[in-house]
Amino acid sequence: MPERPRTERTQTERPMIEIKSVTRSYGAFKALDDASLTIKEGEFFSLLGPSGCGKTTLLRMIAGFDNPTSGSISVDGQSMEGIPANRRPTNMVFQSYAIFPHLNVEQNVAYGLKRLKLAGPEEKRRVEEALAQVSLTGLGKRLATELSGGQRQRVALARALVMRPKVLLLDEPLSALDKKLREQMQVELRRLQQAVGITFVLVTHDQYEALAMSDRIAVMFGGRIAQVASPKEIYQRPVNRQVADFLGGMNFVKAEIVEENGASLVVDTLGFGRIKTDKPKAFVRNGGAATLGIRPERLRVLWDNATAKFEVAGKVVERHYFGEITHLIVEIPGLEKPLSVTETNDFGADDIPVGTSIRLAYDPEALVAMAD
Amino acid sequence: MTAAAEGSPAFGMTRARRNALLQSEPVQGFALISPTFLYALILLVLPILVVIAHSFWTQNYLTIDRTFTLENYRIALTEPIYRDLLWRSLYISLTVSFFTVVLAYPIAYFISFHGGRHKSLWLFLITIPFWTSYLLRVMSWKVILGYNGVLNSGLMGLGVIDEPSTALLYNSSAVIITLTHAWAAFAILPIFVSLEKVDRTLVEAAKDLGDGPIRSFLRVTLPLSAPGVISAALIVMIPTVGDYVTPKLVGGKDGVMIANAIQAQFGKASNWPLGAALSVTTMLIVTLIAGATVLILRTAQRLAR
Repeated sequence: MPERPRTERTQTERPMIEIKSVTRSYGAFKALDDASLTIKEGEFFSLLGPSGCGKTTLLRMIAGFDNPTSGSISVDGQSMEGIPANRRPTNMVFQSYAIFPHLNVEQNVAYGLKRLKLAGPEEKRRVEEALAQVSLTGLGKRLATELSGGQRQRVALARALVMRPKVLLLDEPLSALDKKLREQMQVELRRLQQAVGITFVLVTHDQYEALAMSDRIAVMFGGRIAQVASPKEIYQRPVNRQVADFLGGMNFVKAEIVEENGASLVVDTLGFGRIKTDKPKAFVRNGGAATLGIRPERLRVLWDNATAKFEVAGKVVERHYFGEITHLIVEIPGLEKPLSVTETNDFGADDIPVGTSIRLAYDPEALVAMAD
Repeated sequence: MTAAAEGSPAFGMTRARRNALLQSEPVQGFALISPTFLYALILLVLPILVVIAHSFWTQNYLTIDRTFTLENYRIALTEPIYRDLLWRSLYISLTVSFFTVVLAYPIAYFISFHGGRHKSLWLFLITIPFWTSYLLRVMSWKVILGYNGVLNSGLMGLGVIDEPSTALLYNSSAVIITLTHAWAAFAILPIFVSLEKVDRTLVEAAKDLGDGPIRSFLRVTLPLSAPGVISAALIVMIPTVGDYVTPKLVGGKDGVMIANAIQAQFGKASNWPLGAALSVTTMLIVTLIAGATVLILRTAQRLAR
């Protein structure tokens, strides 16, 4: 494996991984269906989706553990066809960590270096450096069986990073950790990626993990890529209801298209009245109906006599307390489904009695049109 | 129970104590193993004690002189004939265990890694030879290796040899070939079990870190299946040292092993004490070798890292 110069964060526009209409079939079942994707150099890229959506299959094909039925994958401009896993410029952090149980931490980290036939001190230096990167200095002599889950995860990371791969593949690396450690590792992983500047490809089913760490996310369903965009774009402007739902709560509102032109749509809704909204890029008109969505936290309770330019009135029918926030279910006359509203508790949203009539403020920009 | 306990405290106490005793885990454990334990005691430990006792006595024509002596051990360890037989037995059993393990490993590997849905079918097929008697299996090797046997006629038919070779049967090689075949299944199973336990992601991780198939096998699969290899080697080695039937049937004059000599002392030669001393010596040496094997392989495994 060629040595990669150690540079600071190098996110460029240069494509690092190019996936061109890759399909992977198992008999009649298509685990991956005509997926195309370009991952840029130095990018932290996430493949997000529910289990069975094909994200792990795609990752394993990049690593070389599986081969596309059709289509092509190239890494750093070089086609990966016929190149076995051991000769690819990629390294993987496995979901189970796959720490060699018969070796200690140092030997695990040095495993891949043995083939490079480095001089003894150089090998030792690189192992030390990798252990320091993941804050495991001093634990080199421990056996894998003597480590905690979080430490094993760090060993797996160091073992892959020490190889200085062009691409680091992470298969649900945080799923086995408890919540607190997981959140800590999210921050650390992101920081580490920025420091080493290697392209990271992360597979996860946890939308918060993907949102918190990635430069860009590909959301996948049933073997197909539904949307590729930045975390903010994915969250705020999901292309369809499925993506919107997977990324968190979303209120869907039925609308009637009044006017459609180049970049915008004018629609009539029963609860929100007439709204002008951006037209999504891939908007396909399906008769005269459209679906709008608004996230629960984009609706704000209006207190006392406060007014807003855009508001809807309704009645609280349910209240759920979540510590720092409260979920209110608010019935709006004319809307077939009540709206779900997330309000922080600093103004006493947790004290609003069920049955109260309230008014909600919203920004019409937060109402986004999407495919069904 | 409470009424009885209140009525007579002494009685209640003993009963409570007895109940506590019956409910304690060690007692329950002993109760569970006691039938097998007694069986082993009567049929295994007692006979061994009898043999050990005999080994210190002297045969006096028809009676046994029960004065303590080490003479039998002196004969067993210094008489060239017994020393040679012991060496040959050890040589044969170690060679057999080596070849059995070497031949069994690929089979176990194939079943474990490439058996797919048919693993149990493959294991079942391996047990088929055991459906016939061991004697029949040994006899069939006689048919294969004999003077007019399958191998000789085959080789003559091919023109490799002009007249039947006598080097095939009635020597230690014949014993080794027969035993290696006979014990194959006992080596395949433990190796298979330990290979099944090897996490396949570890092999993938080795590949991911740059190892080709051979290196990942040597650095991950083989060390992790070492426990199975060690037990397979011991399972084959320990019983074959004292094998009696195989050398008797295919070993001829040159394939005689220590068990045949022991049998002779208890039978025709009618010298039980010497036979007993030979048995005890063999037993001790096998124990030592088994212990040493485990130790050496463990060290080798540690150094191989």
